[in-house]
Amino acid sequence: MESTSHNFKENARRAIADPHIQAAMAKMKVGFTGKRLAATQRLPEFEALRDASRDIKNHSLANLDFYLERYEAKVIESGGQVHWAPTAEDARKAILDICRRVDARTVTKGKSMISEEIALNDHLEAAGMTVVETDLGEYIIQLRKEPPSHIIAPAVHVSKEQVEADFRALHTHLPADRNLSEPTDLVNEARQILRQRYLDADVGITGANFLIAETGTSIIVTNEGNGDLTQSLPRVHIVIASIEKVVPNLEDATTILRVLARSATGQEFSAYTTFSTGPRRAEDPDGPEEYHVILLDNGRSAMLGSDFQDMLRCIRCGACMNHCPVYHAVGGHSYGWVYPGPMGAVLTPNLIGVEEAGHLPNASTLCGRCESVCPVRIPLPRMMRNWREREFERHLTPSSVRSGLWLWAFLACRPVLYRRLAGFGIRILGALGRRKGRFSSLPLAGGWTKYRDLPAPQGRTFQQLWAQKQKNEKRGAVK
Amino acid sequence: MSKPEPRVGLFVTCLVDLFRPSVGFAAVKLLEAAGCRVEVPEMQTCCGQPAYNSGDRADTRAIALQVIEAFQGFDYVVAPSGSCAAMLKAHYPTLFDKEPELAAKAADLSTRTYELVSFLTDVMQVSKVDAVFPRSVTYHDSCSGLRELGVRDQPRQLLSTVGDLSLVELSDADTCCGFGGTFCVKYPDISNTMVSSKTGNIEATGAQTLLAGDLGCLMNMAGKLQRSGSAIQVRHVAEVLAGMTEDPAIGLSGTAPGDPRSGGA
Repeated sequence: MESTSHNFKENARRAIADPHIQAAMAKMKVGFTGKRLAATQRLPEFEALRDASRDIKNHSLANLDFYLERYEAKVIESGGQVHWAPTAEDARKAILDICRRVDARTVTKGKSMISEEIALNDHLEAAGMTVVETDLGEYIIQLRKEPPSHIIAPAVHVSKEQVEADFRALHTHLPADRNLSEPTDLVNEARQILRQRYLDADVGITGANFLIAETGTSIIVTNEGNGDLTQSLPRVHIVIASIEKVVPNLEDATTILRVLARSATGQEFSAYTTFSTGPRRAEDPDGPEEYHVILLDNGRSAMLGSDFQDMLRCIRCGACMNHCPVYHAVGGHSYGWVYPGPMGAVLTPNLIGVEEAGHLPNASTLCGRCESVCPVRIPLPRMMRNWREREFERHLTPSSVRSGLWLWAFLACRPVLYRRLAGFGIRILGALGRRKGRFSSLPLAGGWTKYRDLPAPQGRTFQQLWAQKQKNEKRGAVK
Repeated sequence: MSKPEPRVGLFVTCLVDLFRPSVGFAAVKLLEAAGCRVEVPEMQTCCGQPAYNSGDRADTRAIALQVIEAFQGFDYVVAPSGSCAAMLKAHYPTLFDKEPELAAKAADLSTRTYELVSFLTDVMQVSKVDAVFPRSVTYHDSCSGLRELGVRDQPRQLLSTVGDLSLVELSDADTCCGFGGTFCVKYPDISNTMVSSKTGNIEATGAQTLLAGDLGCLMNMAGKLQRSGSAIQVRHVAEVLAGMTEDPAIGLSGTAPGDPRSGGA
């Protein structure tokens, strides 16, 4: 996917002016947060499970080579194949080669952010294949030719009315006078159309929430059951997963599953938790003839041992963006690449470079709400600050900010000079603002006063008043 | 035998020093009423957050060392701000990971540092204040105080002992107001969207006064409320707890501002 992250400010400005996006965000920020809170309150051991989940991921990352090789051996043992893909290009090539070899014409897909990361759909379509997204949200944005705006709710920015209009415009073979006023009508229509696609498909591609080293199993969670049909009906099943998805065993996966859906949607569990291990066995009633796993690195192994290793714990629940006031203000598309919100602000510069995505870790108040809800306790604000430090070191921080900071720090490190200048400046500013109590505009403060008034200072600094008070008291004591 | 008065160094914070010294005097009054001996080291300016949050680690360290030096020897260091207190308490110790001697000094400062209101309740065991404020108020939880220092119930508990005051809870009280230090001028459009959402919730409470424990957030919310013509007044929670509300509220003018020098301080 082509990045527009460098254009974050302009993207955000447009999103703020878009009433559809603003209405959708107003709705999602109440819905997700309330449901998560209720779900966590119903589970007394929730906080302990967050610790346990963090520890499982840390252990897996500390022994990543071991568990990945173990996983590969188990996949091969169960009749599948593993394709190691150091880059997005390698992953695309491996998938296209499989699809070409089996003469695929239609490819169905379960939801996968990795496939967005490697821009898989465009690649397969350019090779003449029909690619069909089967997750309802993904299906909607595929019709709209948009990227996802959220990692678990890709069409969260789209209103019901917009979906209805899209369906009417594109499902032209259906009667024009059909009723599509209720969400269930829309779901039923999509289901009806997708049903035939599942049967037509030659290859089914799914993502993975977990890879189990002990058994060679991959696990996906969905609420629509589309993952099951995508992986069991076609002749070939391809799992595409990034390397940090591996955990040691099923027990570990189920521990993390207990925090995943609660953090994401406030459900106890997703409606479907689907396990797949290898191709169809002789005794299986159905299943694919071939089973492939694409293991994508694409920059992740370089995060191991760096300031950003903790980011690899991420289980893609979306809680950080669901609780992020910046995400609520600007929506997911503003971030300009695959991963929005706080997790994207940390991950994206790792994957596509801080030169391109430098705005993302800066566009945060570091309010810490993301970290407070992260099921695996990723220190997101700390890592956003780590990016800012790298930008500062590499002189990527705008020069106006740098020179302002330099002057301020120069004074802040010289208390005597600082006090003298502050006392002088505040006296002038206080006198200017005394009549009204605030400024509606002020030179050099346009960033502030464009949208809000600036309260005027009271006129003397605390240090001046305190020194005077001490002096008066001393004099009083002498008398 | 009564316990000796703890010696408290007031970390004034740059915004209180420059914009609203009356908050500093309210803090002094509250601390003295709680039985502390308060001193204000001269060699303090700012906690260093503007540099820290802009990635300028070298200047952050220089400022941190200056603060550590200035506040040596105090039993406690108290700031009328959750954000600045959290900077000293939670972030300074991370700045010197390769210099054990400095790291130990930062850790020592960290254990002695508190946000004002939580210091009063949690350390000095203050359970009520001697103040009257006959207005309905709502309270915004500033992010650092809430999430880094666990300041949530303490201000509410003390406010409940202020005479004639009624507290109306703010929905989304724990959501950031969009100030974020330099964020608000680096990303003004986003900051404005956030503070507009916040002031909408504040107005929906019907309260006459908005309180919080951090002057940056308060100036942001006051500035937005006033720009949109709201009559809601905005004050630092310490002013109300100290009964020092004779000065005009933040962003309002008054004839000859009440002089905190002669006040109860």
